[in-house]
Amino acid sequence: MFLWVIQRDLLLAMRQRADVLTTLFFFIIVVSLFPLGVGPEMNMLRIMAPGVVWVAALLSSMLSLERMFFSDYLDGTLEQMLLSPQPLSLLVLGKALAHWLVTGLPLVLIAPVLGIQFNLPMDSLLVLTASLLLGTPVLSLIGAIGAALTLGLRGGGVLVSLLVLPLYIPVLIFGTGAVEASSVGLGASTHLSLLGALLLASLVLTPWAAAAALRISME
Amino acid sequence: MSWASWSDFFAMGGYGFYVWGSYLVSFFCMAGEIALAFNRKRTLLRQLSLIHKPIQKEQNNETTP
Amino acid sequence: MAINWFKYSSPASFYSLAGKMTPLFSITAFALFVAGLYIGFFVAPTDFQQSEAYRIIFIHVPAAWMSMFLYLIMASWAAIGLAFNTRLSSMIATAIAPTGAMFTFLALWTGALWGKPMWGTWWVWDARLTSELILLFLYIGFMALQAAIDDPRRADKAGAVIALVGVVNIPIIYFSVKWWNTLHQGATVSLTQSPKMAATMLTSMLIMGLACWMYSIAVVLMRTRTIILERERHTMWVSELQGTA
Repeated sequence: MFLWVIQRDLLLAMRQRADVLTTLFFFIIVVSLFPLGVGPEMNMLRIMAPGVVWVAALLSSMLSLERMFFSDYLDGTLEQMLLSPQPLSLLVLGKALAHWLVTGLPLVLIAPVLGIQFNLPMDSLLVLTASLLLGTPVLSLIGAIGAALTLGLRGGGVLVSLLVLPLYIPVLIFGTGAVEASSVGLGASTHLSLLGALLLASLVLTPWAAAAALRISME
Repeated sequence: MSWASWSDFFAMGGYGFYVWGSYLVSFFCMAGEIALAFNRKRTLLRQLSLIHKPIQKEQNNETTP
Repeated sequence: MAINWFKYSSPASFYSLAGKMTPLFSITAFALFVAGLYIGFFVAPTDFQQSEAYRIIFIHVPAAWMSMFLYLIMASWAAIGLAFNTRLSSMIATAIAPTGAMFTFLALWTGALWGKPMWGTWWVWDARLTSELILLFLYIGFMALQAAIDDPRRADKAGAVIALVGVVNIPIIYFSVKWWNTLHQGATVSLTQSPKMAATMLTSMLIMGLACWMYSIAVVLMRTRTIILERERHTMWVSELQGTA
């Protein structure tokens, strides 16, 4: 059942491939805007690189949050999911991970390429990718709560960002902290383990909260 | 802690701007909040009375023979 | 003679109870404010380090306390409203949010005004200031969500979910911000752990804290009554009330 939800969502996403690419290109554009804004001076960019990449990842994953439930909400499959015998939180977990596969994973894969743009040394590139790999699922999971809460509301897009951004801050801090600690030589293991802890906690808690939020929105 | 004069009190050891700045804003925020709450209640009561007035009028008309 | 407390959980009876209690609380709040300010400005000695600037602490610290305290109270009322489906508790939670947001803003404002003479800058990315700012975002998120949903029942429940998610995240945010702060600045700006408090300073701050608490209860009760009226306008007792009012 869980795999079915992911497989179905991936199939849906693949049909409208444009949505997947728009999020990716948004991420690329935002990241390359910063050097234009701040100036080409290399070691300034290197210091900023993790922060820029992470904030861009935050924004792009949030942009596509609304689509997570909205299409199903419109054509009624969401109601069917609510009625299905399977636990709703499992379905929500499936949808959130499908959302991550569609939006989060491409960001992780493209991040090293963009890192070179910022003249990041090889090891911090690795740490950046690892932190993104751990962090972006958390973004999708917490985002699922926001998406469920603002289902079908006018101005939902802006509202999701207002609700969800404060909750993203720990992920942002540990993500950028990991890269910075590794570049300073402290080693990023502490930050990455904290990110892993956040991931495990959100894997357990957020589907339940998002399921509750879905039931409220669908009443 | 007796202040030499009122002007000393307001000067607040040269930090008057900061001290009074924060207290004034706090006072206005609280007063503003109370005013808002009252205003919200008054407009609501006025709306409610508008809704209920016609109903009472109808009741009066029916009762008169 | 056990007073059945559940009588007051129905909006109608709570309305009259709140009506009687609000003046009581507002008078105590006013009296405490006067007392606190009097002690703070006329009894408390000049601080040897910051001379008079420290007097901002009498409003800054209570505001910060209230901002966090009110968020917890709001979240617990929201939780009760969600669990027991009692409309009144969610109404109280909705009524608390604006006052909590105001106190958070006040804490930030007075903190900045106090920071200028003490550290020379309006804003310092210190762990507590940053998490206070994030707390403000949580309040605004709660109010925005409730404003965006028309049907009150759904608004209450959705608000409850975001308030509870917020409460779970506050310690995490505070911990990560503190960690982040020490990582970057190594706490160069160490907030002196509130200067060794002379007795009068402490009493004045506590009195002001109580005053803010009474004030919040009074304002929240008043706003709850308005919300009760708004949501129960179709009921009989509101129209009777109209007849008499």
